[in-house]
Amino acid sequence: MSTSLERHKYDVVVVGAGGAGLRAAVEAREAGLRVAIICKSLFGKAHTVMAEGGAAASMGNVNDNDNWMVHFRDTMRGGKFLNHYRMAELHAKESPDRIWELEMWGALFDRTKEGKISQRNFGGHEYPRLAHVGDRTGLELIRTMQQRIVAMQQKDARDHGDAESYIKVFAELTVTDILKENGKVAGVYGYYRETGKDVIFEAPAVVIATGGVGKTFKITSNSWEGTGDGHALALKAGANLKDMEFLQFHPTGMVWPPSVRGILVTESVRGEGGILTNNKGERFMFNYIPDVFKDKYATTAEEADRWYTDQDNNRRPPELLPRDEVARAINSEVKAGRGTEHGGVFLDVSKRLSAEVIKKRLPSMWHQFYELAGVDITKEAMEVGPTCHYVMGGVEVEPDTAAAIGVPGLYAAGEVAGGMHGSNRLGGNSLSDLLVFGRRAGMGAVEYVKNNGANPVSDATIAKAAERIEAPFKRSGGENPYALHQELQEVTHNLVGIIRTKSEIEEAITKIADIRRRASQVTVSGDRTFNPGFHLAFDLDNMLLVAESTAKSALLREESRGGHTRDDFPEMSSKWRQVNHISSFDGTQVNVKAQALPVIPKELFDLFDPHELEKYMTPEEMAKGGSN
Amino acid sequence: MARKVNLRIWRGNSTDGGLQNVTVDANEGEVVLDVIHRVQAEQMNDLAVRWNCKAGKCGSCSMEINGKPRLACMTQMGSFEEDETVTITPLRAFPVIKDLVTDVSFNYKKAMEVPAFEPPVGMKPGEPRMEQIDVERSQEFRKCIECFLCQNTCHVIRDHEENKKSFAGPRFFIRIAELDMHPLDILRNRKKTAQEDHGLGMCNITKCCTEVCPEHIRITDNAIIPMKERVVDEKYDPVRWLGSKIRKREGIL
Repeated sequence: MSTSLERHKYDVVVVGAGGAGLRAAVEAREAGLRVAIICKSLFGKAHTVMAEGGAAASMGNVNDNDNWMVHFRDTMRGGKFLNHYRMAELHAKESPDRIWELEMWGALFDRTKEGKISQRNFGGHEYPRLAHVGDRTGLELIRTMQQRIVAMQQKDARDHGDAESYIKVFAELTVTDILKENGKVAGVYGYYRETGKDVIFEAPAVVIATGGVGKTFKITSNSWEGTGDGHALALKAGANLKDMEFLQFHPTGMVWPPSVRGILVTESVRGEGGILTNNKGERFMFNYIPDVFKDKYATTAEEADRWYTDQDNNRRPPELLPRDEVARAINSEVKAGRGTEHGGVFLDVSKRLSAEVIKKRLPSMWHQFYELAGVDITKEAMEVGPTCHYVMGGVEVEPDTAAAIGVPGLYAAGEVAGGMHGSNRLGGNSLSDLLVFGRRAGMGAVEYVKNNGANPVSDATIAKAAERIEAPFKRSGGENPYALHQELQEVTHNLVGIIRTKSEIEEAITKIADIRRRASQVTVSGDRTFNPGFHLAFDLDNMLLVAESTAKSALLREESRGGHTRDDFPEMSSKWRQVNHISSFDGTQVNVKAQALPVIPKELFDLFDPHELEKYMTPEEMAKGGSN
Repeated sequence: MARKVNLRIWRGNSTDGGLQNVTVDANEGEVVLDVIHRVQAEQMNDLAVRWNCKAGKCGSCSMEINGKPRLACMTQMGSFEEDETVTITPLRAFPVIKDLVTDVSFNYKKAMEVPAFEPPVGMKPGEPRMEQIDVERSQEFRKCIECFLCQNTCHVIRDHEENKKSFAGPRFFIRIAELDMHPLDILRNRKKTAQEDHGLGMCNITKCCTEVCPEHIRITDNAIIPMKERVVDEKYDPVRWLGSKIRKREGIL
């Protein structure tokens, strides 16, 4: 095996070529390091392309009252104060620079009248804050980064005679193991999807930026790549996952026809004035404003409507509550029998905007509904319902460096990292998260490589990794990975979905363990050349570990907060706010323990009105007033 | 609700292959990619197909459906006759890897040949001021999802492997046009290099690329023709030039 094995040596290997991975790669290359970028699909196809609404950054271009402190407060509120304060702080402070920098790399955002980058309203953001390009902002972001990398390669071609001498993209490559020697990262092992051939990358630093886990669930807005690879790889390499019980069900996914169920309907539809109604024609969101947000949202349709033209003297429409609130509200309406024929609610923007404006501001939504559902959104309402969209949980990291705790040389950024968004992410905070922490992961890796040279991989480690890839072909009589994947999706959807309860979560844990046992025996037909059944066998293994971590964390958290709703514990509890759930892997199963949430420092504590904090914190915490 | 549909799917590798008949269920509202997935899960576990988002946003599931370059995720099964056999084949302009998956690396090589965006020297982040109307021209081209259907359908390379060396293709003509019209880009002579280095002159404006674009980018009218016209204004007598190009490549039309 080792004689024919393709080998590469790099300073930094970035696993994942979405926004975070590409931003990390740019940073490491700019520092003079040699970087490999590994993507599971073709270059430029990562799930980032699907981000629609925009990237949140308090540039203050539309409302100059905005600044990092307002953004920080909104992010913490959105996450119900479970966020790692330092990540939320760095994110709020650095987002504007990351957006402006994209412009210097060729990005073309929509403009204000003064010619600045335009910013739009979004759920949970006090001011118009999302830099955007129509409703295809993610595409703009990934294409800009992709082209930035090409620009660096062109420079390397001029300076070093070889475009790929310092930064190279390895497309359609699946990583199956993060390799370690002497307790530190030594590289990654995997196979080319096209040929099925094994490949090893030796590198002292590895950045994982593999995105989310949506494909664990039946109804999801995620592409096939969202199989929790980085979560599982990190877990197996000895890192921790934090708060995996928190999954964001985006309130508005398509519900009809069945084949498009789950495809995202951007929050911009509501940001641009779309309203939600039930089958009685009632604008139901007014009935679902939670106490903690009572003074920030309009209580009448008249006030809500006025807000679109006068934000200083009116409160925001409740359609723009954070996503967890809207998703639960829609769920309740449907459960109470007030849903549409296909189990959703109505979302209508046709009454507020002209057909021309809709097509201009929401072009891909118009296109998507027209082509896939036969609905003209400039004339009719859309049918929408919750869809699994984003995992707030992820690899436990040091906020400033994105270093994975417990594994020297491992870094994680973007959706795969945990902590930034607490229990619920605000729309628009993901694209900016990718840029801020992608860059920081790149910087972290650079700093690490300065002090840690190559860490050669032993033959024994290689043999073990190669054996794992070969295994599904050697077995016979096992089950089909497609069938097991469907079974897992049913279990997660039905038992650890948007509303959870103790007995169901326990049932899920048992069932996931059973599927995992059977998945370890799956057999694969055909050979190694571009064989999706073979690929799914590995993705499945990752999804099962993620699902186990989610179910076990969900069982422990006896409260409802953000993307975790317990029917048997419907209240949010300030006691539980002080707890993070940390998943680790012992080689056989995932174990979850409670860990104290870092205490917010005084200077950040003081940014809030104490009356607001009282709704989230215990009297003892309030008395302390943050750490000093 | 489900009905049976008949498909003919091309299966094979770089050296050998052929169409295979398969019958599979199709439910209301399903697209071609849905039924391919069902075939994959139930009958041909190792059927190779590229896809990512299944929402028309990433441009991965490009293939030829009844001979037409399409995205499988945006082609409704309901658009065919009830008893029609749907033929699904890989993109023809690129070498087959396996089944419906082709080697599209040609496009990434061409991307590398287009000189990158160059902002004004000394301009600092946050400084740019641009009018919406001025960014919209380039924004149209930046809608491109790189499905490469335009590249696949373009006559210049579809049946003429030998042209690939000197022809970047419609996807990269819109990239060059985008940069050429970009309010901040300062690199000069983009049109000239499009003509001289990227084979713009080989395009004979049949608009096939525009017709297959799932993003409805007006590739020919808004990118290729304006660039050709301006190049011509600068350098050539248009009629003689176009004539010589067409004669040079007999059999392409």
